[in-house]
Amino acid sequence: MATSETAVSGVGPLAEQEHEGTYAGGLWSWLTTVDHKRIGILYFVTGFLFLLIAGVEGELIRLQLARPENRLLDPEFYNQLFTMHGTTMVFFAGMPLIVAAFNIVVPLQIGARDVAFPRLNAFSYWVFLFAGVFLYASFFFGGAPDGGWFAYTPLTSKQYSPGTGIDFYVLALLLGGIGTIAGGVNFLVTIINMRAPGVRLMRMPLFTWMTFVTSVLILLAFPPLTVGLAFMLFDRMFDTVFFNAAAGGDPLLWQHLFWVFGHPEVYILILPAFGIVSDVIPTFSKKPLFGYPVVVFSGVLIAFLGFGVWVHHMFATGLGPIVNAVFGGATMLIAIPTGVKIFNWIATMWGGSLRFHPAMLFAVGLVATFVVGGISGVMHSSPPADLQQTDTYFVVAHFHYVLIGGTVFGLFSGFYYWFSKVTGRLLHEGLGKWHFWLTFLALNVTFFPMHFSGLLGQPRRTFTYAEGLGLETYNLISTIGALLFVVAFVPLIANLLYAWRRGGPAGPNPWDASTLEWTMSSPPPHYNFAVIPEVEARDPLWVRYDRETAPGEDVGARPLLQPEVPPKPVHMPSPSFWPLVLSVGLLIATIGFLTGLVVNLIGVGVTLIGLYGWAFEPAD
Amino acid sequence: MNDRKALVLTLVLGAAALQACGGDYPQSALHPQSDFATRLDELFRGIFWWAVGVFVVVEGILIATLFRYREKRRQERPKPIHGHTGLEIGWTLVPALILVAIAIPTVRTIFVVDRPPPEADLTVEVIGKQWWWEFQIPELDIVTANEVHVPVGRTVEFRVRSADVLHSFWVPRLGGKRDLVPGRENMLWFTADTAGVFWGQCAEYCGTSHALMSFRIIAAQEADFESWVARMQEPAVAPQEQMARLGAGVFMSNACVGCHRIEGTPAQGIVGPDLTHVGSRTTIAAGVLENTPENLARWIKTPQEIKPGNYMPYVALTDEQVDQLVAYLLSLK
Repeated sequence: MATSETAVSGVGPLAEQEHEGTYAGGLWSWLTTVDHKRIGILYFVTGFLFLLIAGVEGELIRLQLARPENRLLDPEFYNQLFTMHGTTMVFFAGMPLIVAAFNIVVPLQIGARDVAFPRLNAFSYWVFLFAGVFLYASFFFGGAPDGGWFAYTPLTSKQYSPGTGIDFYVLALLLGGIGTIAGGVNFLVTIINMRAPGVRLMRMPLFTWMTFVTSVLILLAFPPLTVGLAFMLFDRMFDTVFFNAAAGGDPLLWQHLFWVFGHPEVYILILPAFGIVSDVIPTFSKKPLFGYPVVVFSGVLIAFLGFGVWVHHMFATGLGPIVNAVFGGATMLIAIPTGVKIFNWIATMWGGSLRFHPAMLFAVGLVATFVVGGISGVMHSSPPADLQQTDTYFVVAHFHYVLIGGTVFGLFSGFYYWFSKVTGRLLHEGLGKWHFWLTFLALNVTFFPMHFSGLLGQPRRTFTYAEGLGLETYNLISTIGALLFVVAFVPLIANLLYAWRRGGPAGPNPWDASTLEWTMSSPPPHYNFAVIPEVEARDPLWVRYDRETAPGEDVGARPLLQPEVPPKPVHMPSPSFWPLVLSVGLLIATIGFLTGLVVNLIGVGVTLIGLYGWAFEPAD
Repeated sequence: MNDRKALVLTLVLGAAALQACGGDYPQSALHPQSDFATRLDELFRGIFWWAVGVFVVVEGILIATLFRYREKRRQERPKPIHGHTGLEIGWTLVPALILVAIAIPTVRTIFVVDRPPPEADLTVEVIGKQWWWEFQIPELDIVTANEVHVPVGRTVEFRVRSADVLHSFWVPRLGGKRDLVPGRENMLWFTADTAGVFWGQCAEYCGTSHALMSFRIIAAQEADFESWVARMQEPAVAPQEQMARLGAGVFMSNACVGCHRIEGTPAQGIVGPDLTHVGSRTTIAAGVLENTPENLARWIKTPQEIKPGNYMPYVALTDEQVDQLVAYLLSLK
């Protein structure tokens, strides 16, 4: 393993001179930061906390289901728990952790000093944070939402859900959606406009590529959700009848709008994970990605097809044979580009020299477990087969294999890969391996039995099941597996403590990786690149390796490594508190829907002040 | 009276036999007992074996790769290989062909199961309500709840609709799911192969007690079905025993009468389940409890404890009154 002794950390003297106090500590510096790395850290920490909260909710669900006719939790609370578990995992844990990776990695991978709109980036984070906190406030004001993360009408109408829980759900997702869409725009523009010379589209690292594709998905998928949520808000608060069948509305309209968003959302959650492993596997195989253009375009194709398959969530709603046949066929098509990715990852490892660093273990774990989730996905792409599988634990098994075996494994792979870049410290590899194997075990012990319990007749979203159904053993095993997830977290936490107290310096490129984020010190200086790099190949660091250094020579000494001090002054965006003001304004306006028009108006006022302050803020 | 007892006995024994031969999974999709469920199961089994094949091949190649190319000491840097067009075409085409092999039987099955049955011998109307099921057979003038009999070997069409929120009608051994959508009528049909008690359950989340919205479909041989129909078409029997007669009085003078219907009596409520023949049902509270005197008494005394959020209110009755009521209800065979 080649490491460099010339590692530098912190900011070069010239930058300090230019931007005195930019990286000063203290709360104010975090509240006003527009630095993509710091915003990435904020996203990571917040998303991780939500992951823990939603994880506890999942554990409670499993404890309740440990035995039949259990009376540990009452059904009202159970229904709140599975609603909040799903909603949190998707919107407030999965997506923010992915956006954390976008923030930390993308500018570094394309040779940029920040994202295209740094203040908008900060705004996205604050809005997400406030939306999450607002959603959880529901527990203290009359109960959390209990309509499921999918919030099907008419159960979520005022008539059948008169409390405020559903209002919290609708408003939190509307508020959070603003930040998400802003983030999508930001990364799209960043990747199109901010690439360093020579970073052509077909030279971009796969993670950046998948960020690009995901940003397009966000831009196209969130508007239908926003429209649906607005309809729901109007139905609940202003007595409109969009979803009211008795008055000429249609409850299926919500399902269409929700899943036109909801299915692409699945790819929003998985494609970045695919991007991460597409970067990690070559690094730890010491071999370039096999079939780069095919892997890129299969990702694009998955995203494209993802908009034409939403009805597979609705095969039992009675839309007729033609619709079911078309959407079933379209769903099956997605298996092809997904399979192509799997084969290209295996081909990348074939003939390589595989080093099983924890990042690599999680990447390989993704390949192995995503196959299971992918295959069960093909099983319910067949509409008649799905008539038995939909809304049962078989589907619960399927999407947890995809979301844990795919998204979470991908994110952990990225965590072990880029942690050292962000912090400058090395994690303990042994603890990382324990973390992987325990998580892998927990995943399979928890979710594999659910294939059986589902096919044997256990529907989803049920707070209990009858004793005579023969489901006792499967459910008990699942609960034991769920407790293993708790055990699996211990080595992760221990590893963070280890890195904090004893982790050795990482150096610029601890894994001998090939992409631009490994050319500067760890952690990177505020300005990322002292000199904007010029790139001449897909794996810029390895090309120089091939050309200029003999095998075994110190990689850190290669010419592409960034100088410690910028030769010319670097201009960086100034911190700003206006994004925070604007977000607070939107939060107050949102709260107004529950408390009264005056609060709405105050919120709008603060929002306008924030907008003006932002617009007229001097550039320096 | 005697032939009714014989019927119940037959059903119980039939159910026991079924449990014995099909494992103890009364709600399993893997043990089909109708033409419809068998079609779904055959399709599923075909896809399942393709899936097993793909799983074994892909995981096998993966594990072999991981072992063969694990890092060794003093290894040369691996040769960079950027791709191979032939391989890319191969692993695009092979999965595509497998999918075609899955898609053809899929589409064939879709055009059978998503269409009305070739001919239906009997039509049952299913109305889902939070959290119980109403079954109507208009052609036979039958209204009942949470349990319906169907004849073996005859095609039964279920027209499903909802009175409130979304529900899904699912009796896995006989048919797949069909959602009950307000403002629409959906359809499902099957021909049961064998006599037996088949468990069903709501499969679309419908609120607080969604988990407690079960039902039973009892497939019976022709003669047994006919006698069930004849019995269901009669109005409620007048209570004979003293306890039951007192119970009828309790029923008619309390809130019960406002929500439940007992044909042939002044009780004509339509909010709750029809109780004209409640004594002959195998379960109460929509498949939640076995229909025993103890359970029925519990249900009357603590309906919210047994099924939280349901619309049956607590009615203040003395223990004696409850016992009388139970005697009356169970006499309604």
